[in-house]
Amino acid sequence: MLAARMHRLLLAATVLTAMAAPGASAAGLTVGFSQIGSESGWRAAETSVTKSEAQKRGVTLKIADAQQKQENQIKAIRSFVAQGVDAIFLAPVVATGWDAVLREAREAKIPVVLLDRDIDPSGKDLTLTAVTSDSVHEGKVAGEWLAKTVGSKPCNVVELQGTVGASVATNRKKGFEQAITGTPTIKIVRSQTGDFTRSKGKEVMESFIKAEGGGKAICAVYAHNDDMMVGAIQAMKEAGLKPGRDILTVSIDGVPDIFKAMMAGDANATVELTPNMAGPAFDAVIAYKTKGTVPPKWIQTESKLFTAADNPQAVYDSKKGLGY
Amino acid sequence: MQAPSRRLPALRLPRRGAPQLLAFAAILLVDWLVSPQFFDLRMQGGRLFGSLIDVFNRGAPVALLSIGMVLVVATRGIDLSVGAVMAIAGAVAASLADTHALPVVLAASLGAGILCGAWNGFLVAVLGIQPIIATLILMVAGRGIAQLLTEGRIVTFSAPGLAAVSNGAVVGLPAPVVLTVVVLAVTVLVVRGTALGLLIEATGANARASALAGVSTRTTTLAVYVWSGFCAALAGLVTTADILGADANNAGLWLELDAILAVVIAGTSLMGGRFSVPLAVLGAFIIQAMNTGILLSGYPPELNLLVKAVVVLAVLLVQSPRLAGLSLLVRRRTA
Repeated sequence: MLAARMHRLLLAATVLTAMAAPGASAAGLTVGFSQIGSESGWRAAETSVTKSEAQKRGVTLKIADAQQKQENQIKAIRSFVAQGVDAIFLAPVVATGWDAVLREAREAKIPVVLLDRDIDPSGKDLTLTAVTSDSVHEGKVAGEWLAKTVGSKPCNVVELQGTVGASVATNRKKGFEQAITGTPTIKIVRSQTGDFTRSKGKEVMESFIKAEGGGKAICAVYAHNDDMMVGAIQAMKEAGLKPGRDILTVSIDGVPDIFKAMMAGDANATVELTPNMAGPAFDAVIAYKTKGTVPPKWIQTESKLFTAADNPQAVYDSKKGLGY
Repeated sequence: MQAPSRRLPALRLPRRGAPQLLAFAAILLVDWLVSPQFFDLRMQGGRLFGSLIDVFNRGAPVALLSIGMVLVVATRGIDLSVGAVMAIAGAVAASLADTHALPVVLAASLGAGILCGAWNGFLVAVLGIQPIIATLILMVAGRGIAQLLTEGRIVTFSAPGLAAVSNGAVVGLPAPVVLTVVVLAVTVLVVRGTALGLLIEATGANARASALAGVSTRTTTLAVYVWSGFCAALAGLVTTADILGADANNAGLWLELDAILAVVIAGTSLMGGRFSVPLAVLGAFIIQAMNTGILLSGYPPELNLLVKAVVVLAVLLVQSPRLAGLSLLVRRRTA
């Protein structure tokens, strides 16, 4: 009993000294991360990448899973403030209602970095920076790939949208449309929502195939996420079509299964939504803490395009263990 | 006494199903108008291929759910957990598919569904908890259980045996359609071939009076929830086999509402009593015919739910007895 308590005291003392050291090196940093939850494979991957990125830099990471509830996140931030961490990462479950708790963090002089999602402008001054992907840009990268690939050939595109009203779906649609406006030969002939799911993606693609003369008139499929594309690929195969050859595919997210499809020649391209939001965030915090460099208000992550030429096998192997 | 009471339902049946059949025909007609190739059929990979087949194939999961749901509703109950049970059954099947033999996979998955149904039945029939709350527990917790089983990922498999539950064919018909027809036939045979249907209706119409009259309402209630769980597990197998993976977050999401809608379209009162299993299945296909039509139409997806709401309203209005009385009144006035 006593030994354990002594040990804990000693531990606390070391932590305190580490924090008190002036010009703390990256190795001594402690970061609290309030994660939304694990509602999707991508988020599970984000959590595991955050852990490995912290380890890489010798940062001590404390993760609090909010289970989709803002009050849990606010509680977590308060406890991080009480523990006196060096920085707080927040993946906000909603955009509003953060001002009060962020002000508490600011009073404690603890910088807050937003990961993957943004908050309302009123709270922006209270955060150090936000590391997010630009979903309009993602759509644009997908559209540019298609425009480059088909060249001047006429191309009828069918689009599998995300959930109606979701900002990601709206933005990915907008970006794609912007990218193909310069190429009048590319036309979106059909667009329906597949709710970001495999089974709806498959069902919607089945109807597209029937409505477009058995799929002969379709030149490419654009899906707002890879899961819908995985479903669409099945629908095309069951209809006797050859996805990836007869019909081009381009989608967004970069989940492991789309790389598997790419290896089989069923998928052509995907735009990665990187699960590594924490890497740039750690770098920003370390630079801020050690050199006092104030990062820009928004750090945009790279939306990288992957095709069969990018060794999908290697990407698949690197991703499959992340929890997607 | 015996003879007329036996003949009466047979006489009534076509008239009872008329609004539903009419609605189904009308929706198919509209589907054909928005998409002229709607009734085109061809063989593709050993099974029939066409939009009409899609209606039955895609409608199969909700049709299976509605077979269980209509019996539950007839006892004045409701089963909100069927969507979550689908997710559980799918998660169990997909996790085992690549490492175990098909019979083991099917038994485990269907067993999980029966267990879920028995849990619901226990809460309702033995503990006397109100059905909407009793099944809400599993609706919420069940999806969590499924997510635990899959660890939040989409668990994929490649075993051809389980895949055949969805992409297989029997005499050219997709396996899910055949499965639905078989389950429908078995259910009708059991509930109408025996007195079970009557007992279910008696339980729903007046549980207390039925119990006093010697009907074992507790066993009857338990049985219908178990059957609903079993049907939900079958539906879960179909959707899992369809995408070759278990998507615990989305499998069967909100399908309990479609199943309840199918039951209501079938003219079954949510207050229990008289029910028709074939009409519930027809109700499920009415919903799917509408969904497929919307997908084929090329309208912007923002209109999907609106179109669906208007059509459902129209179908229910056709059945409304008050409205029928009203139209009769109007006709009499104008005459």
